[in-house]
Amino acid sequence: MAQGNGYSNLTFWGYRRENGRVGVRNHVVILPLDDLSNAACEAVANNIKGTLALPHAYGRLQFGEDLELHFRTLIGTGSNPNVAAVVVIGIEDQWTSRVVEGIAKTGKPVTGFGIEGTGDIGTIAKASRVAKDYLQWASELKREECPISDLWVSTKCGESDTTTGLSSCPTVGNMYDKLIPHGIYGCFGETSEITGAEHLCKERAATPEVAEKWYRMWKAYQDEVIEAHKTNDLSDSQPTKGNIAGGLTTIEEKALGNLEKIGRECRYIDALKPAETPSKGPGLYFMDTSSAAAECVTLMAAGGYVVHTFPTGQGNVIGNPIVPVIKITGNPRTVRTMSEHIDVDVSGVLRRDMTIPEAGDALIDMVVRTANGRLTAAEALGHREFVMTKLYRSA
Amino acid sequence: MGAPHLLVHDKKDTVGVVVVEGLKAGTDMLCVVTADNSDFRLTAKHDIPIGHKVALVDIKKGDTVWKYGQDIGKAIADIGKGEHVHVHNVKTKRW
Repeated sequence: MAQGNGYSNLTFWGYRRENGRVGVRNHVVILPLDDLSNAACEAVANNIKGTLALPHAYGRLQFGEDLELHFRTLIGTGSNPNVAAVVVIGIEDQWTSRVVEGIAKTGKPVTGFGIEGTGDIGTIAKASRVAKDYLQWASELKREECPISDLWVSTKCGESDTTTGLSSCPTVGNMYDKLIPHGIYGCFGETSEITGAEHLCKERAATPEVAEKWYRMWKAYQDEVIEAHKTNDLSDSQPTKGNIAGGLTTIEEKALGNLEKIGRECRYIDALKPAETPSKGPGLYFMDTSSAAAECVTLMAAGGYVVHTFPTGQGNVIGNPIVPVIKITGNPRTVRTMSEHIDVDVSGVLRRDMTIPEAGDALIDMVVRTANGRLTAAEALGHREFVMTKLYRSA
Repeated sequence: MGAPHLLVHDKKDTVGVVVVEGLKAGTDMLCVVTADNSDFRLTAKHDIPIGHKVALVDIKKGDTVWKYGQDIGKAIADIGKGEHVHVHNVKTKRW
């Protein structure tokens, strides 16, 4: 259990990969380049038990920044240290090769297959042989003891209510305040849900340059997405119907609770594009993401984060196929009605029999246990939401 | 001190959050300000669900509503001390 000033001595048991990054899971992923290749990938994963197919909806006729984001997400997912090895299948060879080459930069085993000229059945046979070799190889990899500074932990909340701002979000903030000084990488996002607290978020940047970079991202979202597409206002979407049922009244109130996740002391050192890998060293990062849970967690996983902390009020059930998603709630009704989804119960904060620092320690303890291999509620329940972010219509 | 009925983030706030299930009108609520752990009492004027807000003072139509020590919107109706505060009487100033 983490106590006092002992956070720098915290360790966890993870898989150190070829590029030095440390994973906490050991997946062999069968990764479709495009929607057309989902069937072959799922067939390979069905043949080779223990491998993981990641079907998704996109990958054809995308262009520009939307296509770049598609590649960045797939390459980032395959490169995530929770993934030991990857088989990529695409309808054609060229884009398939681009994903393979991107993942290969990590040094991990990766092979690609194009379906055209072979058909599904021949491709599935060839890919299954490689997947089997990878799975057996990965099964002999050993966890090793690693310093806490090797851990990358992201956060995003969902089905928020007023209890998240009182308990589960400041619990995550307390974790970051304690662990960021000891060299972990943190990440928050949800661009649309900072609206209402943007003045406070801007102040939390490490430098005026980072503040300006962040502000441009937030403003671009307001101008290019909200202003361009709104039909009346955001009142029907933000706060969501679930948020309103939970007692949240305005977008400002929701944003202020959301921002509790970055604690009191840490400052973000860069503002990342969606699925971009941090490059400024240890510290807290902002990532430009949707506030939709599965899209956001998928992007952060593609950025290289290996554990996700997820405060919820009314009870969100989300998981991710490659990253364990730890659910934290302070709402006693949710603890009572949806206990199978909750990993860390901080409802004591509302009863005033648990302090925020105690809740932060309970979360740190669960993050370490999860990193060591404990399955989260979402993993045990089979939640594997893998959702690509699409910026605009395909050609 | 027992478990509170209502939590308030900041001294400056004009609303607090019900943190118990099944709160009934007329309850003499124990209210705690989390910023400094100070407490006070307030009578609930409505049955208010867990997570929903209560006015700590009389709020006039057009007044700014404060939570986290911050502006969270404006009252679109008069709200009496102890009454339920939500989308029927508070709206964002943003749109």
